[in-house]
Amino acid sequence: MQFLFKTAYNDDIRFLAKTGEKIRVAIAMLFLIAAPLLLQDYYLAELGLLLVYAIAGVGLMILTGHTGQVSFGHAAFLGIGAYTHSILMSKGVPFSVSILITVLFSGVVGMIIGRSASKMFGFYLAIATLAFGILIETVFGEWGGLTGGYQGFVVPSLKIFGMPLGEAWQQYYLDLVLALVVIWGASNLFRTPTGRSFLAVRDSELSARSLGVNVEWVKIQAFGVSAAITALGGALLAHHLTYLVPDVFGVLESLKLMLMIVVGGLGSILGAVLGAIVISILPVAISFLKDVLPPSIGQTAGLEPLLFGLIIVLVIVFEPLGIYGRWMKLRFFFESFPYYRKSSFVRQKSYLKTERMR
Amino acid sequence: MRAAQALQVRNLSIEFGGVHAVEDVSFDVEPGETFAIIGPNGAGKSTIFNLISRLYTPTAGTIHYGEQNLLELPAHKVVHTGIGRTFQNIELFEHATVLQNLLVGRHCHMQSNPFASFVFTPGLRKTEIEHRRKVEDIIDLMEIAQYRDERISDLSYGARKNVELARALCTEPSLLLLDEPASGLNNEETDDVSFWLEDIKHDLGVTLVMVEHDMNLVGQVADRVMAINDGKLLIIGTPDEVRENPEVQRAYLGIAE
Repeated sequence: MQFLFKTAYNDDIRFLAKTGEKIRVAIAMLFLIAAPLLLQDYYLAELGLLLVYAIAGVGLMILTGHTGQVSFGHAAFLGIGAYTHSILMSKGVPFSVSILITVLFSGVVGMIIGRSASKMFGFYLAIATLAFGILIETVFGEWGGLTGGYQGFVVPSLKIFGMPLGEAWQQYYLDLVLALVVIWGASNLFRTPTGRSFLAVRDSELSARSLGVNVEWVKIQAFGVSAAITALGGALLAHHLTYLVPDVFGVLESLKLMLMIVVGGLGSILGAVLGAIVISILPVAISFLKDVLPPSIGQTAGLEPLLFGLIIVLVIVFEPLGIYGRWMKLRFFFESFPYYRKSSFVRQKSYLKTERMR
Repeated sequence: MRAAQALQVRNLSIEFGGVHAVEDVSFDVEPGETFAIIGPNGAGKSTIFNLISRLYTPTAGTIHYGEQNLLELPAHKVVHTGIGRTFQNIELFEHATVLQNLLVGRHCHMQSNPFASFVFTPGLRKTEIEHRRKVEDIIDLMEIAQYRDERISDLSYGARKNVELARALCTEPSLLLLDEPASGLNNEETDDVSFWLEDIKHDLGVTLVMVEHDMNLVGQVADRVMAINDGKLLIIGTPDEVRENPEVQRAYLGIAE
């Protein structure tokens, strides 16, 4: 067991405090950087896609996991990012400018949604965001002149500063760099007053308000930040899909994002990344299952959504904190060996809250 | 620390769908004094607090803190005038650490925006450390150093009460609204609370307004007491005067004439 001896306030601000953490992060970074040498193009593209979903997941995590505002329509922001970026690029806007405009534009759309969402809570918010998701999907389909409608839209090929990035490894490094920037930035957010006000709004709007937090403004900001980051994921996703159709950004995709952060562990940036790993491995595992299972079960339609649903249920029942929570327990087990007890993580009694003043 | 000012409440009333929760209540709290509000359950004590901290808007009456008309401010601006508060049923940020909770207490003195936060500018790091220092002073005062990195959900009830008081102090209030600081605490812990309240009052020069049921505690720390019943003011006076007032006794004990 390692005891941390803190000598400066910066020790608490630093991300990686323990030696174990530093080693684990270093190993992960080495693998990510060396991946093009180790993996075939197909798997490299899959890994890139994983990073893209990690970006989108971090976006939703900030809103739902950290600010407590549920969104069942987040694929809409993924779509807004993908379409805005692709359309701008097809009009000849350079990649770097296009991605900046996309992120800012989606951030503004997110803030507008946040403005109305800040007046809603719980069930109503879930329905409103779901409706928003469906609405945007329909807009993609009906606004044929701009988005190519249901026929689809061909995504321009990837080019940065006039240099084409056709190779799988080039695209992979682009995804990697942006994913690391997003993870770093999102982690930064939660060591500043802005991020803490997000957490405050999640846990108690009442006392947040009495401590000088402008709750409505925090929600608007959270929607803005979340939408901007998710849209960045969407823009990168467009280059992986190479062809955009509206139903890709439908309700099922929103649910997939939700599954990702719930399975990964609500309320942690790492959870979003872990969730992205799960949903990237899941289709592979399912197709493997299909081969193994007898055809009468394996070939049944709807096996995939069934398994998705089953996983969410199992996670919520057995590990509400998701993989991240399980990981914390495992780490605690080893760090405190042999003192770990079954009751180490039994939830404490939670005390009554003042009746909410809406 | 901002200088303490007088709190002036005049003809305060609020109705909830025909129920007069507070009716025509007027009182003054002088700078530096400890003022207690007592009354049976449902008398409107917490409602008065919620009116002062602007979570409710009164149907009639005025609230001034010094020169400032509080009714002109939204709820999240009240803390900037120097009014801090705690809640009857502890409203901490359950899934955050004690340190994070206390730093949110510094929120009214800090500024940041998502862009600067995203890159964690050196300026932000500097202000973080500055405010962390202030938080450490409060941690020392309230003797909660051993809980610094604990999550609130792992703390006992008594510890949570202390953390909530500490968080309110982090806002550097000149007037502190304490909603039942001793509820749910045992005798020993209640004694601790009375010591702390004395410390806060004398060392930090904070005016205290508290809602409390424990008459022993009120007798120990309060300079003046206001008794209310059914939203109406019964009497304002010294603890002894209030205790001996027949109307107060009737409201509490239901004695027949």
